[in-house]
Amino acid sequence: MTDAATTDVQAAIKADVEGNDVVLFMKGTSSMPQCGFSARVAGVLNYMGVTFKDVNVLADPDLRQGIKDFSDWPTVPQLYVKGEFVGGCDIITEMTLSGELDALFDQKGVSYNKEAAEKIREANG
Amino acid sequence: MAIEAAEIEKLIREAFPTADVTITDLAGDGNHYAANVVAEEFRGMNRVQQQRAVYAALKGKMDGAQGELHALALTTKAPD
Repeated sequence: MTDAATTDVQAAIKADVEGNDVVLFMKGTSSMPQCGFSARVAGVLNYMGVTFKDVNVLADPDLRQGIKDFSDWPTVPQLYVKGEFVGGCDIITEMTLSGELDALFDQKGVSYNKEAAEKIREANG
Repeated sequence: MAIEAAEIEKLIREAFPTADVTITDLAGDGNHYAANVVAEEFRGMNRVQQQRAVYAALKGKMDGAQGELHALALTTKAPD
């Protein structure tokens, strides 16, 4: 990637991350995920009724590499809440089951369906 | 491109000599592993920082479209 392309990609990522309360960089889209890990995080957010912007990294190879440089994190999906990198599939799964994701959304003023979150925890015993 | 469980363990141990490291092969294809790392070095770090440190230890085996390691299910914590 040329330097110019890199800065454009980083600027575009920054705009998405800062311009939306919740952003999920993923493989595929929230309605059509194309990777199990991305599908899991998008599925949790959809089930919990969280409004988020999905960004398909498969649509642009520069973006696929750029997002890993942006967060210094080698995998996708990547979840951002109010401009902050929260984690990938493992961390979001752990936080969902422990209730930390609910706490983060409460703290950041992101609306979600609390009963749905409880149901996920019950279903995962 | 595949990678051996032993190599993952070696790389993580080099970075965290006192760590308790368990690698599980999830798919038998040399590409999907789970790693559980309990290391004193993680004390005071949040999960993102802990896992970033483990990814750094894997020295680029993960990233890039042809990364040798496609999926590493990571769980990390400091000893209780």
